[in-house]
Amino acid sequence: MAVLVRDLHLNLPPPLRYFLWLKGILGGLVGNLDFGKARDGQLVSTSIASAIPVTLRLISMATFTAIILGITIGIVTALRQYSRFDYAMTFVSFLLFSLPIFWVAVLLKEFMAIQFNNFLREPTVAPPWLIGLSLFSGIFWSAVIGGTRKRVWVVFVAAASLNAALLTFLSLSKWFLNPGFGPITLLLIYIGVAFGVTQLSVGLNSRAALKSSLTMAVLGIIFYFPVQKIFMAENKALFFPFLVVVTIGLAVGVSFIFAKIDRGPTIRTTVISSVIMGILMIIDKLMHTWKPYMENDAINARPVPTIGQTNALLEPGNYWLSTLDIVMHLILPTIALTAISFAGYIRYSRGTLLEVLNQDYIRTARAKGLTERTVIMRHAFRNTLIPLTTIIVVDIAGIVGGAIITERVFGWKGMGTLFNDAINRFDLNLLMGVFFLTASLAVLANLVADLLYSALDPRIRVNTQ
Amino acid sequence: MIFKKKKAPTSLEASTSNSETESLSQSQIVRRRFLHHRGAMVAIFAISAIIILVFSALELKLFGLKYRGWWKYNITDMPDLAYKECPGGTIGCPTMSLRPTFLGGAGIRFGEHPFGQDDVGHDYFALVMRGAQRSLLVTVIIGLVGGAIGTVVGSIAGFYRGWIDAVLMRFTDFIITIPTLIIGSVIGYHFGNLGVTFLALYLGLFAWTGLSRLVRGEFLTLREREFVDAARVAGASNRRIIFKHILPNAVGVIIVSVTLLMSGAILLETALSYLGFGVVAPDVSLGVLISRYQEAFSTRPWLFWYPGIFIVAIALSINFIGDGLRDAFDPRQRRKITRKDRQQARVMQRKVAKDA
Repeated sequence: MAVLVRDLHLNLPPPLRYFLWLKGILGGLVGNLDFGKARDGQLVSTSIASAIPVTLRLISMATFTAIILGITIGIVTALRQYSRFDYAMTFVSFLLFSLPIFWVAVLLKEFMAIQFNNFLREPTVAPPWLIGLSLFSGIFWSAVIGGTRKRVWVVFVAAASLNAALLTFLSLSKWFLNPGFGPITLLLIYIGVAFGVTQLSVGLNSRAALKSSLTMAVLGIIFYFPVQKIFMAENKALFFPFLVVVTIGLAVGVSFIFAKIDRGPTIRTTVISSVIMGILMIIDKLMHTWKPYMENDAINARPVPTIGQTNALLEPGNYWLSTLDIVMHLILPTIALTAISFAGYIRYSRGTLLEVLNQDYIRTARAKGLTERTVIMRHAFRNTLIPLTTIIVVDIAGIVGGAIITERVFGWKGMGTLFNDAINRFDLNLLMGVFFLTASLAVLANLVADLLYSALDPRIRVNTQ
Repeated sequence: MIFKKKKAPTSLEASTSNSETESLSQSQIVRRRFLHHRGAMVAIFAISAIIILVFSALELKLFGLKYRGWWKYNITDMPDLAYKECPGGTIGCPTMSLRPTFLGGAGIRFGEHPFGQDDVGHDYFALVMRGAQRSLLVTVIIGLVGGAIGTVVGSIAGFYRGWIDAVLMRFTDFIITIPTLIIGSVIGYHFGNLGVTFLALYLGLFAWTGLSRLVRGEFLTLREREFVDAARVAGASNRRIIFKHILPNAVGVIIVSVTLLMSGAILLETALSYLGFGVVAPDVSLGVLISRYQEAFSTRPWLFWYPGIFIVAIALSINFIGDGLRDAFDPRQRRKITRKDRQQARVMQRKVAKDA
């Protein structure tokens, strides 16, 4: 008790205590930041420092997925304005807006974790599911691609039958028990990535970009087995930077060979597609870790956990097993957070793109005879990104405050839990510490957003008189 | 003198001029657009149905008047727990059945406890109704308080500009920097036991920031318009300009963002109650019910489903109404291009091509 009184200066009147706290904060200006001590005698700065990485791990993946998915769907709905797909997505985004996150979390725990784990005991996709999923994918893709009635039907039939065939093959070959791509499937996927990225980035007419992306795909497969060796190497801290540097270096080199003039777009395209290929290779490695992971005693063939950050029973030492463990623990919170937050990005990017498409310069671009791809990707999409960037910056600062509810539902010990404990225990120093951090980050993010806005958009001039 | 004013619809002019807005006042256009927004109309119907259901079911006391609800149980009644007919040895299962007998169900009936019973036998239908009442009340109060403060602050800042604007907006920024959930938890922790009305009032005191920024922006642009100059030249006072000239033009922005504020408010209240900082026992809200029974989901899922469905239904309706209002007030909103229009355009094109 006496220690508590001394540590928290409880013998002083509250206003004086505030000034003591302020003195600690102002010490930050001379490199001596002091948040004071929490009630349990720990330094507030230590608690916060241990909570921030957890929160970042929890939320960065979800934010990233939400941004990518939200912008993609938002743009597709804007391009298909007033189509059935647009209406369906509007409804879905409103529905997601209206869901309390803890409600979603409980549903996810039941259906994505418990029932999915049950499914893995006998991993064959039942016929009703097969039919349902195939119909859904058919409807989804035909709505996204659109076009004349004939084309819609062709896409519908193709997507549905492909999906059905894939699922049947996966269940028959027991793929869910021992997943992974393998070099041949990976090569096909790589070629798809090369074509897709080239089409979106510079268009398939740019032969140089297509050729160098395809070369990177082939190189990726040639290096498949050496890279597997590197993945098993001892020094894990070094090999990721090494691989990243080698991949990007190779991509730049290859595009130098193929592109004689105007190298920038080619290099960009090749680098983007090779980074995607690298991520796919890591995913492949993680999938190959799946079987030993499932057979591990700590997992007991129930791989999707409902709670916690890592499995404490899993003995440390195996890098890939613990990485997969972290990924599996991230799945449910990531889905929940993504589902809640990407609705906003859908609505916002749709609205912005529609506004941009109504501008005169878009009409000018079309009148010049540019292809629709160039108009959308180069003129419209880039201008849509300007206001989106500022929103994203502010959002990212906001998430450090922690997803209080998500952390509680899934039993994570991040900033949200810290804050929750602080209120419940009436721990003033801890509370002020969390407040101070989130508030200053918010201020900083607003400043960065303003500066970014003026840097990205030359129409906005910062007043310098 | 008889003139046939209506032109033939096939003429070029009819397709270019916006026939929808001809000789209608602004409010008529807005009303018409809103009434034609299918999603908003369904949402209005749904939310009215929910409000009537929720507030008529239980006993209400208002200004000394007492209304006996049509539902037989109240939230304090504790009838015996039903367990005989329940599947799998559960207790207090719902008696409502929506599957008719010829489809193998028990027929369409409500039974004694349509939503089941809680652990000690309270009728869950009554609890859900009470919870929805609380959630709706919180939503409306936050919407009103936040809307009022936001409008006042935003319009004063936007109209007077200068140092008043600077002070008010820095104050707004100050409140914005604190996440809503965090400030809500602190409020709930301190004032949760004062009852749900006070909780909502306090929450409303912090919910106006986004709205005030929007209103300020609207005022800043509107006050530079010609009609404001005209009014000022004609000798109108500031008060008259604000209330008669600017505010009516800004009302669209205000209504739309108050609706969105309300849909956020219901989720805020449920989240706070879930964390234990919102409505406290013995009172219930939908968030309290969900958080109390989330562990029961695998054995008695109805305790979890019904409050959740009510939250989603209310929030979804408010969101759709907001969307309809935004479309209705948006002057840039164009009429939807239907298949018929496209066909007409194609016919016109062919005709022009033939003539040429």
